[in-house]
Amino acid sequence: MFNRQVKLLKTKRREMDELLAARYQMGVSLGFHIIFACIGMVMPWFMFVAEWKWLRTNNPVYLDLAKAWAKGVAIFFAVGAVSGTVLSFELGLLWPTFMKHAGPIFGLPFSWEGTAFFVEAIAIGLFLYGWNRLNKRVHLYNGLVVGIAGVLSGIFVISANSWMNNPTGFDWVNGQAENIDPVKAMFNGSWFPQAHHMVIAAFSATGFAVAGVHAILYLRNRLDIHAKAIRIALGFAAVAAIIQPLSGDHIAKNVADTQPAKLAAFESLFETTTSAPLLIGGIPDVEKREVKHGIELPGFLSFLAYGDFNTEVKGLEAFPEDEWPPVPIVHYSFQIMVAIGTFLALLGVIFLLGYYKWKHWLEKRWWLKLLVIAMPLGFLAVEAGWIVTEVGRQPWIIYGIMKTKDSLTPMPGIQYTLYLITVVYLLLSFIVVWLLGRQIKMLHTKYIQS
Amino acid sequence: MTEIILAIMGVCLLLYVILGGADFGGGILELITGGKDSGVVAKAIAPVWEANHVWLILVVVILFVAFPPVYSVILTTLHIPVLLALIGIVLRGSAFTFRHYDIEEERPMAIYTAVFRISSLLTTFFLGVTMGAIILGEITNDYTQGFYRVFIHPWSNFFSFSLGVFLVVLFAFLANIYTIGELHDPMHVNRFTRWAKYLILALVTEGLVVFLAAEVDGLHLFSAFYHSPVSMICVALATLALPLLWTGLKRHSRNLLRIVAGFQTTMIVLGWFAIQLPVLVRMSNGDDITYQSSAAPPQVQYYMLIALVVGVLIIFPYVGYLYKTFKFSQNTSPDQIKKA
Repeated sequence: MFNRQVKLLKTKRREMDELLAARYQMGVSLGFHIIFACIGMVMPWFMFVAEWKWLRTNNPVYLDLAKAWAKGVAIFFAVGAVSGTVLSFELGLLWPTFMKHAGPIFGLPFSWEGTAFFVEAIAIGLFLYGWNRLNKRVHLYNGLVVGIAGVLSGIFVISANSWMNNPTGFDWVNGQAENIDPVKAMFNGSWFPQAHHMVIAAFSATGFAVAGVHAILYLRNRLDIHAKAIRIALGFAAVAAIIQPLSGDHIAKNVADTQPAKLAAFESLFETTTSAPLLIGGIPDVEKREVKHGIELPGFLSFLAYGDFNTEVKGLEAFPEDEWPPVPIVHYSFQIMVAIGTFLALLGVIFLLGYYKWKHWLEKRWWLKLLVIAMPLGFLAVEAGWIVTEVGRQPWIIYGIMKTKDSLTPMPGIQYTLYLITVVYLLLSFIVVWLLGRQIKMLHTKYIQS
Repeated sequence: MTEIILAIMGVCLLLYVILGGADFGGGILELITGGKDSGVVAKAIAPVWEANHVWLILVVVILFVAFPPVYSVILTTLHIPVLLALIGIVLRGSAFTFRHYDIEEERPMAIYTAVFRISSLLTTFFLGVTMGAIILGEITNDYTQGFYRVFIHPWSNFFSFSLGVFLVVLFAFLANIYTIGELHDPMHVNRFTRWAKYLILALVTEGLVVFLAAEVDGLHLFSAFYHSPVSMICVALATLALPLLWTGLKRHSRNLLRIVAGFQTTMIVLGWFAIQLPVLVRMSNGDDITYQSSAAPPQVQYYMLIALVVGVLIIFPYVGYLYKTFKFSQNTSPDQIKKA
C-alpha cells in the first residue's frame, strides 16, 4: 500500500518535471525568437527611412547608415527565420494534443502568416542583396514591403496567440471542437488589443535598443552618422513609447473582461474587493494570501480595469486554487513591464521636446547616458510582457478549455531536449552579440580613417 | 476541396525538395568536394535560401490546419529525428549567415564553415529518416508500448536510414547541377562535371538500396510500384532523362541541366506520391491515416483554401521576380557576384 503510494507520487513528480521542462523549453524558444522577430519587423522601417532620406538629400551618410543596418538585419533576420521554423514544429513536438484540436480552429491566421512571411523573406532577399541590381526606387519600395509584411506577419501570429487567451469560434462538446468558425476565432475579442500592444512594443523596444547602441558610439566619437541614426530610431520609438500606456490600458481592460484570474495575478489581488487598489511593487506571499511592502493607490485598479473607482474586482479567491496562475512570477513581470513602459514613455517625451524645442538637449551627455540605460529595457519589457501573457494564462493552454498538462507530449526526457535547445540558443545569442560588436568596430575604423 | 489543399501541399513539398534541397546540397557538396571553389555555391544561394525555406513552413502549416492528426502523430512519435533536423536547420542557417557577414578572419570562418557543412548533411539525413518512417509504417499510436518501440523503432531501421542517405545524395546532386551553371572557370567546370557523374551513379545505386532496404524491413515497394502505373511511368521517365543529363554535362548547357534535374526530382517525388496516397502516415497496426480520414472540417478547409490561393497568387510572381533578379539574369561575371 505504502509502496504503491510512493510509486504514484514518483510518477506524479516525474510528470510535473516533464511539464515544467516542456514549458521552460517553449519559454526559452519563444523568448529567444521574439527578440529577433521584433528586430526583423521594425528595422526594415528604419532602413527604409534612411534610404529614403538618402534619395532625397543625396547625403551619403544616410546610405552608409542604411547599409550598415542592413548587415545587422541580415544576421537578425536569418536567426529569427530559423528559430521561427523551429517554433512551428515545436508546438507539435511539445503539445501535440493541443495542436490536434487547436490547429483547425486557430490555423487561419497561421495560413495568412505563411504568405506574409514568405513575402517578407523574398523582399528582404531583394533588399539586402539587390543594392547593385535593382533600380533605386524599386529597392526602396522593397524595403517598405519588408516592413509591411513583417508587421502583418506579426499581427497574424498574435491573433493565434490571442485565441488561446480568448478562445472563440467553436463549441467544445465532449472534448472535441464542433461548429468551427475560423474567421470568428481569428478575430476573437482579444486579437486587436494584443496586436496593437505587441506591434507598438516592438517599435519601442527596437528603437530604444538601436538608439542605445548608437548613443554608446556617439558618446565615444561624435560622428554625424550616429546622431542621424539616433534621430531615426527615436522618431519611431518615442511615438510608440508615448502611446503604449494607452494601448496598455486597452489590453488591461480586455484582460479584466476575459481573464479575471490573470488580472488578479497581475496585481496579486487575493480577495474580491470593491474599489480595488492599484498595487505598485510589493512582494506577494501566496501561502498567507497577502502582499508586503507595496504602495496602494485606492480605487485605481477598479478604475483602470472597468473605468469606475467603485467597481468590484474579482480576487484570486473567487477561483479554485488549482486554476491560479503562478502569482509571484506574473506579478513581478507585470510590475517590471509597467515600470519600464513608464520610463520609456518619459524618455519619449524628452526626445520630442528636444526635437521640436530644446535642440541642444539631444547633444548632452546626460541624455545620451539615459539612452544607453534604456538600450536593453525595451526588450526586457517585451520579455516580461510575454511572461505576463503566457504564465498568466496557466494552468490553461486554451483558456478555460484545455489544461497545459493535458496537452503534453507522451515522449519522456523533455528536460534533455530543454538543455539542448537552451545551449544552442545561448550560444547563438553570444555569437550574434559578438558579431554585431565586430561589425560596429569595422564600421568605425572605416569612418575614422576616411 | 481536400484534394486541392493536398495538391498545394504536394507542390510546396516538391518545391522545398528542389529549391531548399539545392541549398542543403550546397553544404553537403562543400563537405564531399573538400570545399575548393566553395564560394560559388554560397554566393548563389545567399539571396534566396531564406525564401526557399518558407516552403517547409507552408507544408507544416497546411499539415496542422488541414490534417491535424497527421501533424500530431508525426511530431509525437518522430520527436527525435525531427528535433535533430530542427537543430540542424538552426545551426545551418545561422552559420551560413555568420560566414557571409562576419569579417574575414581565418579561425571563425573555419568554424562557421564546418558547422554549415556538417549541419547541412545531418539535417538532410534526418529529414530523410523522418520521411522514411512515415512511409514504412512502423509508427504506433499506442504510447503504452515502451520507449524504444514508440519513439525509436519507427525510424531506426534500414529503410529510413537508406532514405536519409538517398536524400543526402539527391540534394548534393541538385546543388551540383545548380553550381555548374554558375561556374566560368573551365577547370572548375571539369571538376564539378566529374562530381556530377559520380553523384548520378551514387543516386541510382542508392535508389536501388532504398528498394532493397524496404524489402528487408517488410515494406514491399517493388510490388507497390509494379501495381501503380503512374509510379512506373514516373520512374521510367526519370530514368529515360538520364542520357539528356549526360548530354547537358558534355555541352555544359546550364538550362538543360537544370530543367532535366528538376524534372527528374519531380518525377521521383510524384512517383512516391502515387504509391503513398491516399495514405499520409502508414501505421503499424494497419490503421493508416489517410488524407480523407484526417481532414479538418469543410469550413476550415474553405477558409484555408482562400488564404492559400491568395498566397499563391502573390508568392509565385514575387518568387519568380526574386529568381529573375538573382539567378537567371546573371550574364554577370563572378566578380560582380562577389560584390553583391
